[in-house]
Amino acid sequence: MKVRHQKPTQEIKLDMTPMIDIVFQLLTFFIMTFKLVTAEGDFNIKMPLAAPREGAIDDQLVPPIKVRLQAGSGGELTGIGMNQRTLGSFQQLHEEILGLVGTDSPAGAEGAEVELDCDYNLRYQYVIEAITAVSGYRDDATGQIVKLVEKIKFAPPKNPPS
Amino acid sequence: MRVAKKHSGGIVEGDMTPMIDMAFQLIAFFTVMINFSQSEQNARIQLPKSELAKPPDAPMEYPITIHLTKEGTAILGGEEVFLEGLRPYLVRESDLLALQGRPQSEATVIVRAHKDARTGDVQKLIEVCQKNNFEKFALRAEERID
Repeated sequence: MKVRHQKPTQEIKLDMTPMIDIVFQLLTFFIMTFKLVTAEGDFNIKMPLAAPREGAIDDQLVPPIKVRLQAGSGGELTGIGMNQRTLGSFQQLHEEILGLVGTDSPAGAEGAEVELDCDYNLRYQYVIEAITAVSGYRDDATGQIVKLVEKIKFAPPKNPPS
Repeated sequence: MRVAKKHSGGIVEGDMTPMIDMAFQLIAFFTVMINFSQSEQNARIQLPKSELAKPPDAPMEYPITIHLTKEGTAILGGEEVFLEGLRPYLVRESDLLALQGRPQSEATVIVRAHKDARTGDVQKLIEVCQKNNFEKFALRAEERID
């Protein structure tokens, strides 16, 4: 049998330059387009256009809890009210709502509704703070969100300040 | 003067392996972290923060995102319009829904309003949508992490 003589091993060199070029181009693309996105969430509001009521008014219908937010000329919050009462802070509003529709309350959170009555030029962040105060809280022990009032609506918009 | 003899020239090659490893790890990181849902966002809008704002568990069936700037203009589909001029865009969305055989009550209007926008403008935006038979709204906020 004829035995072939093996040639001495030769080192094969791969040209890495194109791959490194592509890798750096990809890296540059990702770095340029990278943006840290913070988590976002929604507060759901169901607000159909008010239709004229037909028939008799239901006596069992619970009137909404009216939350009034007043604004200064610069849009800053100047006053918080709930059912004609003045409150000092959103924390106090939260405690009032908790007392009214808390978990052990017979009224429960299901039937409760909050109507937000805000001044035209009030900064929107205060509305979200008010919605946060009435819609629930985060349980420190479990980290879960405990819901209070889920039905939130706006009072008819006021006219812009002249 | 003593002249140092030059050694015979040879190619000096650095080991590229660690650099390529790192580059690939970085590419893997960025590939995983890239977010394609940025089309929903707008650089001009700074959302208000809330500790209860949690990302939804399931995507909405038919979301319509409207940005509201602090100047009181709305941005819908990349076009900036005054609130009064929003109607044709909403009609277009309604037509798209009708083509798919869906009622307008299924659509959710996501309101991404700037934190310093006037509440009256937000209400006006909701009112314009209501007049076009949209009734489900989602007020978007940024999750506050303490």
